[in-house]
Amino acid sequence: MADPMKIRANMEGDKTNVRVLMSHEMETGLRKDAAGKTIPAMFIQEVSATCNGKTVLSAQWGTSVAKNPFLQFKFSGAKVGDKVVVSWVDSKGDKRSDEATIAA
Amino acid sequence: MTQAIDQGRRAALKAGSATAIFGLFIAAGLVRPGSALAQAAGWNQGAFAAKGLENTVKALGGASPAQTRDVTWGSTPEIAENGAVVPISITSSIPKTESIAILVEKNPNTLSAVFTIPPGTDPAISTRVKMGESSAVYALIKADGKYYVAQRDIKVTLGGCGG
Repeated sequence: MADPMKIRANMEGDKTNVRVLMSHEMETGLRKDAAGKTIPAMFIQEVSATCNGKTVLSAQWGTSVAKNPFLQFKFSGAKVGDKVVVSWVDSKGDKRSDEATIAA
Repeated sequence: MTQAIDQGRRAALKAGSATAIFGLFIAAGLVRPGSALAQAAGWNQGAFAAKGLENTVKALGGASPAQTRDVTWGSTPEIAENGAVVPISITSSIPKTESIAILVEKNPNTLSAVFTIPPGTDPAISTRVKMGESSAVYALIKADGKYYVAQRDIKVTLGGCGG
């Protein structure tokens, strides 16, 4: 199980600004370890963010998203106190879902 | 054992939509990426295995994208000191933007990420990608069913892959 994500959501005018920092190696499958063996690929493939049951962002990622991925986006239709849930699935089927409460 | 696999392959060929096995075919170079990989859901293996802008757009199901100037790059640098962490920020001002994809021309696999933008979400995203070397980076925007592309050349002073 991967470490929890850091999620920050706050209102900017009538929009919610969401910033997510995930904890993931994002191995490309191209690197080699000290012994010259290829390190198998392991990376986040699917990301989705929901608020009040509505998907506000979904994404598919490849191997070239940087290690410990950062993501920032904005959406409208939420208010202070609502919860934003972000989840991901990686290429090994590992999952993680975290939520944050929208701050003012 | 071999027989079982052979049968599996035959069945997959017949079904034509066994995506996992289809992906292997792409990896083996038997099927050109972009040859009608219509997937309703799930990770688009074909698109992520494609090389070059044209092939990737095809694999995503689009025709040749039109050049656009309606994309701003926000805090995206022109010179990245560290290829392992290149901040990319893309804002589309094209009406009805449905998705934003980030493509790095000279990476082993061109497609980096595809973001689907539902109504109510701003067509603007920021993230970080890895770049193996200096390269053209494309913002591929899908708006109202059409594809648009904007280009930005980013110089990398220290490679991000295998370094």
